[in-house]
This record gives sequence, C-alpha cells and structure tokens, in this order.
Amino acid sequence: MSTTTLTAESVEVDEQGFLLNPDQWTPEIASEIARDAGIDPMTERHWEVIDFCRRDYATTGQSPTVRRIIKQTGIPTKEMYQLFPKGPGILAAKIAGLSKPKGCI
Amino acid sequence: MTTATKDPATAGGVGLDDAPAPETSQPEEKEVARKVAIICSKGSLDMAYPGLIMANAARMMGIDAMIFFTFWGLDVVTKKKVDHLHAGLLGNPSSPMPHSIMGLPGMEALGTKMMKRKIARLDIPDVREMLETLDDAGAELYGCQLAMEMFGLEKEDLVDQIHEVITAMDFWEKAEGAQVVFI
Repeated sequence: MSTTTLTAESVEVDEQGFLLNPDQWTPEIASEIARDAGIDPMTERHWEVIDFCRRDYATTGQSPTVRRIIKQTGIPTKEMYQLFPKGPGILAAKIAGLSKPKGCI
Repeated sequence: MTTATKDPATAGGVGLDDAPAPETSQPEEKEVARKVAIICSKGSLDMAYPGLIMANAARMMGIDAMIFFTFWGLDVVTKKKVDHLHAGLLGNPSSPMPHSIMGLPGMEALGTKMMKRKIARLDIPDVREMLETLDDAGAELYGCQLAMEMFGLEKEDLVDQIHEVITAMDFWEKAEGAQVVFI
C-alpha cells in the first residue's frame, strides 16, 4: 500500500496504482490517472466507459470485465482498444477508481 | 506508481572531460513493450481456448499478442471447422468419464456438448467470437504455411481474422522479444 498525491488530495493506492477506496474517487483523480496512462484528454466516450464502470460497481460490488463493459455499453471492442490503448482491462477500472477486474474475458 | 524521468537523452551532449563515469546511470527506466507469442498446435476445444483466452487477457492488459496456428491448431481457424471443434476427452487422463464409455458412439459428441454448455453458461464467447474479439483487440493471428500445405488448405479456407500465412522462420522474426508459449 502506498499513498500518492493526485490533484490536491492524497489518496491511497496499491502498488499498481489502483485506488484502495473507490469512495475517494473524483473525476479530477480520474483525469489524473488517465493522463498518467497517456490518455489526455478524456473524451465523452471515455467518460461513458468510466461512468458505466462506477455504476456497475455500485450495483454488483465488482469491477466490470472488458466483455461486460462492451456488452452493456455497446461500445465496440475495437473502439475500446482505441480509447484505452494500454489495455482496457486494467485501465478502465483504474481510471474509475476501482480494483483490478477479476474476470478473464 | 512509476516516477517519470524526463528527457533521458540529454546526456548525449555532455562534454567528454566533465563526464565522470556513466556506469551507474545505465539502467534508465525504459518502457519495454511486453509481447507474447502463442503457438496453437492442437485443434480440440479444450486446447483451443487456453491460447485464445491467454492472448485476449494479454491484450486486455495492453500486452502485444500474436498467435501462430499450426498443425491441428489450424482447425481452430478453418472456416469449416471453427464451429465444430470437439472436446478432447478420449485419451485424456483428466476425462470425467471412463475411457471404455467415452469410446462408445455418440459419447464424444455428448461430452463436447456439455463442455460448450458450460462455456456458454460462464459467458465465455464461442471460438469464432473469440477470434473476432482478438482481431478487434489488435492481436495478430497467423496461419502456418507448411501445415496448410500438408492439409491442402488455402488462405480462403481460413477465417477472415487470419490476415497472413507465414513460415516458421517468419514466426521467429515476428516473435522477436516475445514470451513464447506452446500449446
């Protein structure tokens, strides 16, 4: 566990940079994590994914897998990889302030 | 979190006399792109999925992935066979049913059906959809030229996600720097 300072607040993250407490998440933190991963600026489509991840986590208690995001939002696989070139499986959850998804698909 | 070191290239212009010893400054944090190269050589359902899932997982993490389908692995990407792969239960020590029963007519089909049902229940895509997903995710899928000659297959016989048919030597060229997995 470590603490990192994103925007003005300091939040707790694990060694891979995932927020330990999803409640500490703010859109500013999301933009900061995204920028760190080379996504700048966050577009409306990015936010669509992030908002879905947050909503889904609130109801299921789990970070959605890429397959789930694609199926539920209707965003095509190709576009998901354009939005998150360094890996949508990790990045969507990370930017959304959630833990690493548990699924394999 | 990683610490970003800006402009590691600036050392290039330093005068020789005031450059004490660059020995320790060697391992700059260089972002090396990870890559996996998977060789799929088997055509049964249970041998097809591991390679496809591992490659897809790599892509989901931003790791470059390529799959080389060779020998029976070509079945996985052959248009006529991709939707009809069988579970390899006969001759498999992990088979849930005794071999004496598995060898009976119709048993293998039943086993395959059961496996496919389980796969669908877990919301795992079928093989054809896995190949489409991999292609969309940017994984590179290749057919093996020699195996295709052996089986009398043309590129048109393979699914559209196979963009190129390559030789074993081409594979090693493309797999440079990759972690190689043989299935």
